[in-house]
Amino acid sequence: MNLFERLIGKKSAKNAKERLQLVLIHDRIDLTPLAIEALKDDLIAAISRHIDIDPANVKIEIETEGRSQRLVADIPLRSTPRRRTG
Amino acid sequence: MTAKIITVTSGKGGVGKTTTVANISVALALEGKKVVCIDGDIGLRNLDVILGLENRIVYDLVDIVEGRCRTRQAMIRDKRLPDLFLIPAAQIRDKNAVSPSDMIRLCDELKPEVDFILIDSPAGIERGFRNSIAPADQILIVTNPEMSAVRDADRVIGLLEADGKNPPSLIINRLNPSMVRRGDMLSMEDVFDLLRIDVIGIIPEDENVILASNKGTPLALDGKTKAGQAFRNISRRLNGEQVPFLDLNHQNIWDRFGWRR
Repeated sequence: MNLFERLIGKKSAKNAKERLQLVLIHDRIDLTPLAIEALKDDLIAAISRHIDIDPANVKIEIETEGRSQRLVADIPLRSTPRRRTG
Repeated sequence: MTAKIITVTSGKGGVGKTTTVANISVALALEGKKVVCIDGDIGLRNLDVILGLENRIVYDLVDIVEGRCRTRQAMIRDKRLPDLFLIPAAQIRDKNAVSPSDMIRLCDELKPEVDFILIDSPAGIERGFRNSIAPADQILIVTNPEMSAVRDADRVIGLLEADGKNPPSLIINRLNPSMVRRGDMLSMEDVFDLLRIDVIGIIPEDENVILASNKGTPLALDGKTKAGQAFRNISRRLNGEQVPFLDLNHQNIWDRFGWRR
């Protein structure tokens, strides 16, 4: 623990728990953060073909519930007024 | 009698599997149960020394499997506890000498004669681990409140889930209550939060564990130490009793001054 951590009162157990939370998620789903980024890009491309979305604000997260994981995607839609043809 | 078969495993080495098997076996035998413990760590046997039975080995697990002796002949009776037996691992032989089906066959043979069979799994997730979990009715995962031990425990829990085993229970070993109070060690709640399996025991860090292994007399033989009490409590829980966890936050004046009793 360095002086800064001592001053702000960050305890090493808290640090361990936060690091383990991330490590366990990736161990369990066997997916690296890079692979998740690639998945996100594919997802954006696929959805964009059908609907107008805001790619910059797409969030993909792994949520943990007990011992199971779920992939949660938050995909904001662009509220463009419906175009009329003809 | 139909024995309950309990396997103790961990993923990471050195977290206290063998100490746990020795102490739970002793505690169960003290309660009048007939217990056989099997050292599943072929090539690196240690349960014999922790129990103080190393001088009495004639035959071992591989001798049974390969038919060089009858099962009875390889079972060492503990003179302190006539209802406790050890089947030692072989020391310098091929690790593949024993298969999961050999272990199932051996346990099936022992089952009608005893109340509990405890299997000490080797570290890792290879053959010896597979052998040890194959016959298990219940699996206990030993971990320490520390990064690598918790991570490896999670891997093993995942493997057991994938194998369709009953959900394992957790033993948190070597918890140092004053480090937890300072916020410098994961607490029982933290470890539970990360692994999300049922906690069946918490063993405080205790110098007496080393003293006991030096002497070959497991702590659970007398209930005077905190760790010995904690192991005895686990054995009662395995018998279906509801036993509250030890209060590890209570410090008496002797503990404060580091007095070892």
